[in-house]
Parts: sequence; C-alpha cells; structure tokens
Amino acid sequence: MPINKVVPSFREAVADIPDGATIFLDGFGGPGGMPHFLILALWEHGAKNLTIISNTAGIAMAAGFGMPGGKRYIDHSILIESGQVRKVIASFPVTANPSVLCAAERAWREGKLEIETVPQGTLVERIRAGGAGIPAFYTPTGVGTLLERGKEKRVFNGREYLLETALTADFAFIRAWKADRLGNLVYRGTSRNFNAVMATAARITIAEVDEVVEPGGIDPDHVHTPALYVKRIVVRPPDDTPILAETYEARKRERGRV
Amino acid sequence: MPTKQRLDRDGIAMRVAKELPDGAVVNLGIGIPTLVSQYVPEGREILYHSESGVLGCGPLADPGEEDIDLINAGGQFLKKVPGMAFFHSADAFAIMRGGHIDITVLGALQVSERGDLANWLYPERGIGNVGGGMDLAVGAKRVIVAMEHTDKQGRPKIVRECTYPLTARECVSLIVTDLAVLEVVKGKGLLLREIAPGWTPQEVQALTGAPLHIAPDLKEIEL
Repeated sequence: MPINKVVPSFREAVADIPDGATIFLDGFGGPGGMPHFLILALWEHGAKNLTIISNTAGIAMAAGFGMPGGKRYIDHSILIESGQVRKVIASFPVTANPSVLCAAERAWREGKLEIETVPQGTLVERIRAGGAGIPAFYTPTGVGTLLERGKEKRVFNGREYLLETALTADFAFIRAWKADRLGNLVYRGTSRNFNAVMATAARITIAEVDEVVEPGGIDPDHVHTPALYVKRIVVRPPDDTPILAETYEARKRERGRV
Repeated sequence: MPTKQRLDRDGIAMRVAKELPDGAVVNLGIGIPTLVSQYVPEGREILYHSESGVLGCGPLADPGEEDIDLINAGGQFLKKVPGMAFFHSADAFAIMRGGHIDITVLGALQVSERGDLANWLYPERGIGNVGGGMDLAVGAKRVIVAMEHTDKQGRPKIVRECTYPLTARECVSLIVTDLAVLEVVKGKGLLLREIAPGWTPQEVQALTGAPLHIAPDLKEIEL
C-alpha cells in the first residue's frame, strides 16, 4: 500500500495528544517557522498540563518579533494564556523589553508556570542528542554561570565543561515549506532553525506545510528532513485569517460567553 | 584642546567596525553591535553569521519586501543576497562552539577587569533571555564588547567583579565604549589604548570601576 502521511485536518492531527504531553514547537520565535495551525488546533483540543520545549516561551505576539508590516500572528503564548501549559523549557523565554509582558512572564509571576532557561546552543544540542541516541554530552557553555548549578563538571584538555542531558518529546510540531506524501521535508530560509532538529527527537512528528508534492517532486539533494522522521503531514490553507491574533482574540471573547 | 565629547552609538559602532578584518566570519549581537556592519571600511568582505541559521547576512529588507522566512537573530528582516547559506540551529551553534566564528560583537550590562561578561539577566526581573549569548561568548575566537561606558544612573559598567549574573568568564578581549577603547590583558587587567576626544585618562578612570593601565602609545579614538 502506498505510504501516505497526509492527515486531512489539523484537528485530527492533534486529536491523540493527552494531558501531560511534552511537545517541541516554535521554530525560532517569529512567525517564520511557527506551526500556527497546529498550535491553534491544540488550543481548541484543550490538552492540559503540557510541557513545551521551544526557543521562546511565546514572545512574537507580545513583542511583534519577526512580524511583517501590519500583520500579527498567534504564537504558543495562547496555550499558556489558556492555562494548558505547566512548564516551558526555552532559551529566550520572555520579551527583550521588560516593560512588555508576554503571557509566559505573567503566568510565571503568578506562580502558574515553571520556566527552565537553557542556552540556545545547549537547548538545540540536547534535542539533537535526543534524536541521535546520545544520552548526554559535555559543553563549555554555561561554565561559571548560574546555569551550571547542579550539573556535573569535567575538565578536558585543561578546560571545564558541563554535562547536559538529551531532550526528547512525545510530539513535535514542525513548520516546513514542502513535503511529499512519504514525509520528506524542505524548509524555507531561516525557518529551518529548530524545526529540522526537533523533527528528529519526538515520538510523533507532525509537519505543517504549505504544499504536498508527489514523491520525486522534491529533488533528493534538497531534502532537509528525510521521511522517516515524520509521522503526519497537514497542509496549511492559503487563508491565514484563523491564525491572526485578532481572529484568536475574537474567538476567545466568544468562548468567554459560552 | 578639543571639546570633550562622548561617542554616540553610531560612533561606537564605527570604531568597532575597524576591528573586523577582510574575510572574517562575524556574529553581531543585538543593540549597538547590530549597527557595526554599516561602517565596515569599503573593500572588506565580511561573512556575517546569525543564530537564526544564516551565513552571509547582508542588508535589511526594504519596506514592503519583508519575508518571515528571512530574519536575523533580532527578528529583523534580511534582504536575500547572493552567497547566503541557511542551516538549522544545531549547525548554527556548532559553528559557535566549534570555534568557527572569528569575532563576535556583544552588548553588556557589565564587564570585569578579567573580561568576565554579564549581559543576560537583570536580577530584579528574576527571569532573563540567555539566548545565544553564552554560546557566542565561549565559542567565538574573539569577543568584542560594544557599550556605553556607564549605565543610565551614571555607574561604571566596567568593574572589578561583575555584580550581575555572568554570561561567561574571562571571554572579552576588547571593550569599545563611548569614552575609550580598552584591551583586556590576561593576568594584568585593563589597558587603556584609545580615549575619546577631549578626555583625560584620569577622567576616564573616574568613570571606571577597575584600575586602568595606560598604554604608552595612548591615542585619541579615530573613526
């Protein structure tokens, strides 16, 4: 039987996510590389007590990070605002400007959200290790800082290193550009970032893509993520209205009335 | 005597730009460092790396041409230029830790006389963005700090010991401020190499929280 990983809807793609799941998502933090429709579907689905592992804790909506002129897209802060998230592991959890609060910082201040801050290179290497069967590794990053607390230290060639452990997740929400039905993925520009690494380290990797082509439609030399890493593919609709912040805010108000 | 002046942010960036040699691989941090690329002397070709997963960042995109899949680490939109290369984040950081970045220019809250760098966390906020700063500080072959000499309250940002949480120990080799260019000399401390027009070493020392050694060939900063 021909392999076909395309799932007809975002709702179906996230339907089996249980309470307490750990999820990789976010790309770099801006709307490029952000799996907006999967995030929105998870918000609708309502799974709770989630652990989110991502570069930011959702700063794009609050700070306008990477937003193109005039548009404002949702990000995973909607999952924090809805109280679905217990913990975030991130390198850039909050906005650069302390006077602009994102949902994560508000929830953290209220004691409703745990945030673990990890250097960006350590975060992505922990995920890479998770996908590659490496349980832990030594890195020079963080030595002599607050972030070395509780970590084993070892000297190699006269320099100190910290032991960091691998990260895996139950699900990865990936934003890619093109896929074929087998699951081969191509990313666009700087939106490859965390996506290509997270795709390798989750039990179930779900790719949100612009377009699905027939096998052969992607030159094998151009594949960034080989098909075996991907379990489900969902195609984004051309209309981005559902993922605009104002649409989300209107729906939230509607929900508030129900 | 020339009139006493502090360099503005662009002035600091101009002075840092002279430190980037032809052909260097460079990562520019957010803030004053971002301004550096526009002042690189003509004829030098630099390869700029960004944490967002790109080498060969050129100018920023024109208004109306913004592409969400083409950003730098600060979330600014880049123009697509010939010779660019994209890669994923594990590569973006392997490039740093692996020692493949020649120079990084970073902002700072404080720098110590030994070159300790603090630039990620205001303790009063209780939460901060470490981002890629720690990886850059430990991985780049040369770390240049570009910052104002004193903070908003007029307190020295160059100190004996950082009181803000550290980004990395003993990593900074050059500090360029609005008042001075200082070299961090291993085992010795800070060497005042250049000074802003109209300032005396004593006046700069008074605004510095660590002792300064004065270079025998101390010069006025030239832009």
